[in-house]
Amino acid sequence: MNDKHKAILKVSINGKEYEANENETILKVAKRNNIYIPTLCYHSDLFLSGVCRLCVVEVGACRALQASCSTPVLNGMTIQTESEIVNKSRKMLLELILANHYTGNNKCNKDQSCELQELFIKYGVTKSRFGRPKEKRYKILDNTAVIRDNDKCIKCRRCVDVCECMQCVEAIKPMYRSNELSIGSVFDADLDKTGCVLCAQCVNYCPTGALVEKESIKDVYNALNDPTKHVVVQTAPSMRATLAEEFNLPAGRSSTKKMTTALRQMGFDAVFDTNFSADLTIIEESAELLSRMKKKFLNKENSSLPLFTSCSPGWINYIEYFYPELLSNVSTCKSPQQMFGAIAKTYYAKKSNIHPKDITCVAVMPCTAKKFEADRPEMQDSGYKDVDYVLTIREFAKMIRQSGINLFELPDSDYDAPMGISTGAGLIFGVTGGVMEAAIRTAYEVITQREVPFKNLDIYPVRGMEGIREASLIIREPIDEWKFLDGFELKVAVAHELRNAKKMLDSIKANESDYHFVEVMACPGGCLGGGGQPKPTNMEIRKKRARVIYDEDRALPYRKSHENSAIIELYKDFIGEPLGEKAHKLLHTYYTARAD
Amino acid sequence: MQEAETNINKIVEKYNYSHIELLSILEEVVDANGYLTEEMVKDLAKQLSISANEIYAVATFYSFINIKPTGKYVIRVCKTISCQLAGKNEIIKAIEDELNIKMGATTKDKLFTLKTTDCIGMCDKGPSMLIDDEVYHSLNPEKVVSTIREYKRI
Repeated sequence: MNDKHKAILKVSINGKEYEANENETILKVAKRNNIYIPTLCYHSDLFLSGVCRLCVVEVGACRALQASCSTPVLNGMTIQTESEIVNKSRKMLLELILANHYTGNNKCNKDQSCELQELFIKYGVTKSRFGRPKEKRYKILDNTAVIRDNDKCIKCRRCVDVCECMQCVEAIKPMYRSNELSIGSVFDADLDKTGCVLCAQCVNYCPTGALVEKESIKDVYNALNDPTKHVVVQTAPSMRATLAEEFNLPAGRSSTKKMTTALRQMGFDAVFDTNFSADLTIIEESAELLSRMKKKFLNKENSSLPLFTSCSPGWINYIEYFYPELLSNVSTCKSPQQMFGAIAKTYYAKKSNIHPKDITCVAVMPCTAKKFEADRPEMQDSGYKDVDYVLTIREFAKMIRQSGINLFELPDSDYDAPMGISTGAGLIFGVTGGVMEAAIRTAYEVITQREVPFKNLDIYPVRGMEGIREASLIIREPIDEWKFLDGFELKVAVAHELRNAKKMLDSIKANESDYHFVEVMACPGGCLGGGGQPKPTNMEIRKKRARVIYDEDRALPYRKSHENSAIIELYKDFIGEPLGEKAHKLLHTYYTARAD
Repeated sequence: MQEAETNINKIVEKYNYSHIELLSILEEVVDANGYLTEEMVKDLAKQLSISANEIYAVATFYSFINIKPTGKYVIRVCKTISCQLAGKNEIIKAIEDELNIKMGATTKDKLFTLKTTDCIGMCDKGPSMLIDDEVYHSLNPEKVVSTIREYKRI
């Protein structure tokens, strides 16, 4: 059907007239006009509807209530979203859910982000006419960074939908039938045996406490309280753009200079920035790209192109599981988190005269796959576990609340030197397309000794929220070393959400695309939509978060990784050359095919 | 195990490696091997290019696709609402007592496995059950015990 010829329909909701398009659902029309309808299964980022039935409304002459998420509007339809019968019905549905919702004596760690609890309070449901479960039916599955407790599950299937449709992983499915139905994996295995990439998008969308991250809060407190430990912390790029949401502020507010003060008050000995090691990643990764291109186009040798970025650990898990034949295309650069750990326990330890065994390295990340990444056995190149503990942003917010800190009443402060010094290029790692943009800013300058030909360094073609974005850049008048690239069209692509990565990988495997450099982020919108971010998330919220990051980048004095003074010093005093021996030992890694 | 592998290979080949035929394939695999093992599910997933979880989701939905070894006879008591209201709980209790096993288990002599099933279409004659492919309806505790004793005698 052609969009232009869609008829405009008129419907009445709660006595007021609204316009609607053909094939729109009642829920969509209501949401657009800010009319509240509760939903526990439908989510604007997902593809499912009609499971929870909490969105029921009265519709004109219909005898029964209709689920507004799956009922299309008709011309002249009259709809009541709030009425005695609607509310009675929603209340009963909630009581039915409560009758199967076992929370036991343990306080649920979903805390204030539980959508179900919110609705219980809203509709005054404190007990259920249908009783409560008396005992636990399911084992808590906690082998991985994502913990599952099916006794709290309401079977809305958001997790199944996000895992299958957004991420193409299918680690969990509805198993068994009717009253025995539960969300699970083959032969009731835990997530470590089912190809789960630990992106934790399921945690982000779960409306209850059935899916939560494994917390490291206790370990971090222990380290902070241990006088023999020098505790350093790194904060992920996207965190400053999202943390405020945990404190009931609307999306789109920066908290950069407040969270540094909070971290100091909590007792961290040095407050550093992952943006620093993101800059470091760019130096190594752009050098790697150029060396692969030199090998292929100048020396005519074999070299795997396109080069894939390696910052997103969910993406790394995905390609290790599902496309191991393309692992040679993945950049050997460690992610910024791991580069940070390796540098903190070598360079920083030496510089500040602290034995690396006395350094505890904490990372605050928007991500649960980062927890897995930090635990990888190969991530100990400093001779110790490079990154000791990873907190999600939600866990960190919890710690701030537990410390009695009023975040937005704190004075401003800056990051510590040297590993808190960074540029705008490191900052934009937090948003999809950011790694690509930062890499191009540096690589183009290495080749031509001139800035990228984009106004204000803003490379718009790789920005935005489209699932796959392609761009190309013609290299003009390179310096002598790169003469062979004169007039060369550098083709790049950016993908976020693993379904788009899958599309991209399939097209590369089928030789249908000829990119040279590809950025992939596992989560929608990149890290700012990560599985460890504040809830809720949706497109509108992610766009606001991206705005904060780009605005802050534009306001920074240095916006190219190679201009970072701390990085220049790091290479001069410690690492030597990009891709050199020391860089290889500390900043690069290898991957393992994990399909069985 | 080798035998099971050849069986599976033959079956998926017969259905042209098409995942659309999953249910028929599962039926035949269970017919040939008695029940599904984890290895079989993984093998099928590879051959049909779908996830093992997808296969397990389908297998567990149907009570006729065994995911555990069963006894010689499989008793499936209908648990759907008509039979529930007609007293299926007493029927289950009587069978459990007679065979000295709990729901879902197999007797020590490997003669009987007790399971539930969703509706078998005998709603007007509940409570009802199946022993293998044989339908038994209008059950009461005495009737079900004598039926089982007959099977024991065979």
